[in-house]
Amino acid sequence: MSHFDQELDASGLNCPLPILRAKKALGTMESGKILRIIATDPGSVKDFDSFAKQTGNKLLESGEEGGKFFFFIQKA
Amino acid sequence: MSQKKLAIIATKGTLDWAYPPFILASTAAALGYEVQIFFTFYGLKLLQKKLDLQVSSLGNPGMPMPMPVPVLLQAMPGMQRMMTMMMKKKMQAKGVASLEELRDLCVEAEVKMIACQMTVDLFEFNTADFIPGIEFAGAAAFFEFAGESDICLYI
Repeated sequence: MSHFDQELDASGLNCPLPILRAKKALGTMESGKILRIIATDPGSVKDFDSFAKQTGNKLLESGEEGGKFFFFIQKA
Repeated sequence: MSQKKLAIIATKGTLDWAYPPFILASTAAALGYEVQIFFTFYGLKLLQKKLDLQVSSLGNPGMPMPMPVPVLLQAMPGMQRMMTMMMKKKMQAKGVASLEELRDLCVEAEVKMIACQMTVDLFEFNTADFIPGIEFAGAAAFFEFAGESDICLYI
């Protein structure tokens, strides 16, 4: 997946900061727009999945690349 | 779907135990919960504008230490300050948010903070030292919210 509208680099941040920063970023975006998040916290993998389920924002794709985790979340 | 509610009672005033209420409250708020924290006894220190919270390994044999320190040495003057400094440094290095930042995020997310009036009087806290926007109330007020909450935590 390559398309996204906004990017958030949460590298080096630990729980719960990646989630809180993502929530803040999504708050400034319009519905349907896609936020790409980069994180290094291994706990964020499960957390972003849970975040999406509970907030209704859609986790379109996630994965790992060179020790970094990335997530594509579409604002509900 | 009606908004879920989280009620927390914060009773501890040490650096380590200040984290759970603020981490859980800010995260729950980000997930769409309505959140209230009731601060009582030593937890009232978490409401002071200037946070001066310490951590101690005394009476806490479970605290991981970079090297073993005999208990009697841990009681020496200055040891608590040193341990607090080391803990804060470690947290910063690991990308853990500062308490000030987490508390600010809670305020921003409209987490309602209530100071227990009885313990404010008991310990003669100066209410001018507290952050603005908090309320003062008692146990009955807590139950009004907690009784309708989906999750209720005592920390």
